[in-house]
Amino acid sequence: MTLLMPQPEAETLARRDEIISRLTKILPEQNVIADETARRAYECDAFTMYRALPLVVALPETVEQVSAILRLAQEMNVKVVPRGSGTSLSGGALPLTDGILLGLSKFNRILEVDYENRCARVQPGVTNLAITNAVEAQGFYYAPDPSSQIACSIGGNVGENAGGVHCLKYGLTTNNLLGIEVVLMGGEVVRLGGKHLDSEFYDLLGVMTGSEGLLGVITEVTVRILPKPAVTRALLLGFSSVEDGARAVGAIIARGVIPAGLEMMDRATIGATERFQPCGYPQDAEALVIVELDGTAAEVDCLSAVCEEIAVAQGAKSVKVSHSEAERLQFWAGRKNAFPAVACIGPDYLCMDGTIPRRRLPEVLTGMEALAQRYGLRVANVFHAGDGNLHPLILYNASKEGDIGRAEALGFDILRLCVSVGGVLTGEHGVGVEKRDLMGEMFSEVDLAQQMRVKCAFDPQGRLNPGKVFPTLHRCAELGMMHVRGGQMPFPELPRF
Amino acid sequence: MSPLAPKIEAELAEIIADSHAHETPLRLVGAGTKGALGRPSEGKPLTLAAFSGVTLYEPEELVISAGAGTPRAEIEALLDAHGQQLAFEPIDFCPLLGGAPGQGTVGAMTAIGASGPRRLKAGGLRDHLLGFRCVTGRGEIVKSGGRVMKNVTGYDLSKLVAGSYGTLAALTEVTFKVLPKAETEATLVFETQDEAAALAALRTAAKTPNETSGLAALPKGAAPLGLARDAALMRLEGPAISVAKRLEDIRAALGGGETLSAPESAALWRDLRDAAPIASAQGLVWRVSVAPTDGFALVDALRHAEAPLLAHFYDWAGGLVWLRVARGPDAHAALIRSAVARLGGHSTLICAGAETRASVEVFQPQPPALAALTRRVKESFDPRHIMERGRMRAEF
Repeated sequence: MTLLMPQPEAETLARRDEIISRLTKILPEQNVIADETARRAYECDAFTMYRALPLVVALPETVEQVSAILRLAQEMNVKVVPRGSGTSLSGGALPLTDGILLGLSKFNRILEVDYENRCARVQPGVTNLAITNAVEAQGFYYAPDPSSQIACSIGGNVGENAGGVHCLKYGLTTNNLLGIEVVLMGGEVVRLGGKHLDSEFYDLLGVMTGSEGLLGVITEVTVRILPKPAVTRALLLGFSSVEDGARAVGAIIARGVIPAGLEMMDRATIGATERFQPCGYPQDAEALVIVELDGTAAEVDCLSAVCEEIAVAQGAKSVKVSHSEAERLQFWAGRKNAFPAVACIGPDYLCMDGTIPRRRLPEVLTGMEALAQRYGLRVANVFHAGDGNLHPLILYNASKEGDIGRAEALGFDILRLCVSVGGVLTGEHGVGVEKRDLMGEMFSEVDLAQQMRVKCAFDPQGRLNPGKVFPTLHRCAELGMMHVRGGQMPFPELPRF
Repeated sequence: MSPLAPKIEAELAEIIADSHAHETPLRLVGAGTKGALGRPSEGKPLTLAAFSGVTLYEPEELVISAGAGTPRAEIEALLDAHGQQLAFEPIDFCPLLGGAPGQGTVGAMTAIGASGPRRLKAGGLRDHLLGFRCVTGRGEIVKSGGRVMKNVTGYDLSKLVAGSYGTLAALTEVTFKVLPKAETEATLVFETQDEAAALAALRTAAKTPNETSGLAALPKGAAPLGLARDAALMRLEGPAISVAKRLEDIRAALGGGETLSAPESAALWRDLRDAAPIASAQGLVWRVSVAPTDGFALVDALRHAEAPLLAHFYDWAGGLVWLRVARGPDAHAALIRSAVARLGGHSTLICAGAETRASVEVFQPQPPALAALTRRVKESFDPRHIMERGRMRAEF
């Protein structure tokens, strides 16, 4: 399948030398990457299916430089694509051939840790894990833990509203964020939030979070840090069907227990992880559930007894409780290695990210299996079962003619299935370019027009990361005048991709 | 004037589209309990009472959807019957504004972004609003978000409508994440020599891994406890065995404290949620959000400036300060806001006469670039300023 991106603007391409020379007046020369070989390093993020060579890469080190670059871009009418560590799974940082790629990797300092107010103020290029590393000696941590946490930047986490395996209890990035500093396309610097809670007016911090780099460039982030739980314990439960596992998950929550993590893997994933790195998962299980409980020893004792009892009542074939930190990590080892393990049997895979109402899981799995058969492909499943977030991994072989296209088409059908049962296209990976053309499955033209108008409020010229998230491009002036009635949009001649 | 009373969403859309076309402002009415919050708005009253009733409730999925006109009490009773709750513990403004408690709709609760003491641990209304349906100031029916816990599809417009006082759109349906009620709760009351020590005790408790779900400080003599000394109040919720253990941990960390039983604790935090310690017919009420360490600094600065402070107390580990001050020409806005500006945070004038709320900035003024962005966001929903005109800012 070809991904249509906005047509490169000839005028911008023709002025490339001028753009580069003006960038070098803002930045030290070594922070402007014009050389083709060096630019190649930026041609995609972790969504590697599509690549593009950026017009030029700019690596600012100060807020003033970011502001000057965005002013320049506005003045010269050039597109800008912000990038953190480039770990997006949906192509949020996919470059544009006629756009400046704005890398924030040099914003890599932890500015302040304030234990009295339980927060940390950091630059956006700091990695997610580095925040926890900086505060753990004092017994604190930063809760959201996307699987790429060793590499992904906190600025990118804000842009994508990143999740992780502990969202059920601790929330996504948006629930752990206190403030940001943002540079708007005109170069204005605004601060949203701070060390205090809630917003003085509209919650612009909230709408910036998960806006996928389309609204502003984040130059500082203040996150909430939490005291580390005294005790963390994991239960490893084996079931003879995914349905039984799903029922146990539902029963745990129905009992009023909100575990820190509640994960499930299917047969295909269990087998793959065991082959990749044996970690003692029961090989006769059709589904494995990991329940992680944290808190004080008394609470964890009490809750793990409740969960064990529920698991047995729901037909668990095996129940293991971690008795040491090493054992707990062993329970997680397979789950944490699930993606690379699946890649070994793939040999390639496409990771989907739908969320569904949890109780619809059995029918969605059955539907998924039928779809996979129709496309002649295999699907391995990893779920954040507690919050209904599915990661079907579609296995394909990139060297086989037509396989990529089939995998992508199957992925789209799986996401349509998620939406049809009341779910959504993406739980934590973002829309980016990957799911952009599916937005119409969830939203009407009217819904999307309102979202695009919000973008226009932040970026009236539409120069920041265009071609992502929205399946059509509109000029803001037209959106402003437009009145959408019954899903019928005027301007049908505008580019749709 | 009898209010406009659309029965269905399409009719509401028609009314708003017509108002948009003629630039005639509309005032949104639910149960009519929150008219005294924000600036006085102008326009034809439009009641959303017809959009009432729970449309979806799946306890195991932790989700509830309801029409915006649904009485909040109805939702709370339904959740309670299933051992669940709105974990953000929304404040009931009715008592503070002089009405009977328990009134109001979920739409209004959403529009004012109501949160309470558990905001600190569980998040605010903004964190629990999963999705909504609305009619924007253009008369368009728009939906956003969904009914699942984890969703990053499109912009999170839920954050924008939460706390927007109806100035962007008329909500028709809201969907919330709900959570199980804790098995039990208890509160540790730790009396101290002075306020600063009480606030320090809260921060000490917050730094332990005991997951306190309420951290408030009550000046001596303040309702509802009327203690002889200043006190730190620390709530713990969870299984009984865990609550007892964590209470002991904090008591050990502080070196003392009295325990309130579950019913006493529940009654106390209901009062704190609804700002009972500063409730009185006298003067004006301000609500200020700052960093936890700055709450005391704010009160201290006001005392030094000889502000006519009648009553106050702290929630959110010291970060939320409720103030009752004597009436004054500008409601003491300049004094309070200069202190807040030095510290970082925001202040909202809650209780004051309509004239005062029309002449004083009720919401925190913003720096120019942010104010301009805010206005553009407002106009992206409501370009002709017909929704709750003047409610948040005189200019729109």
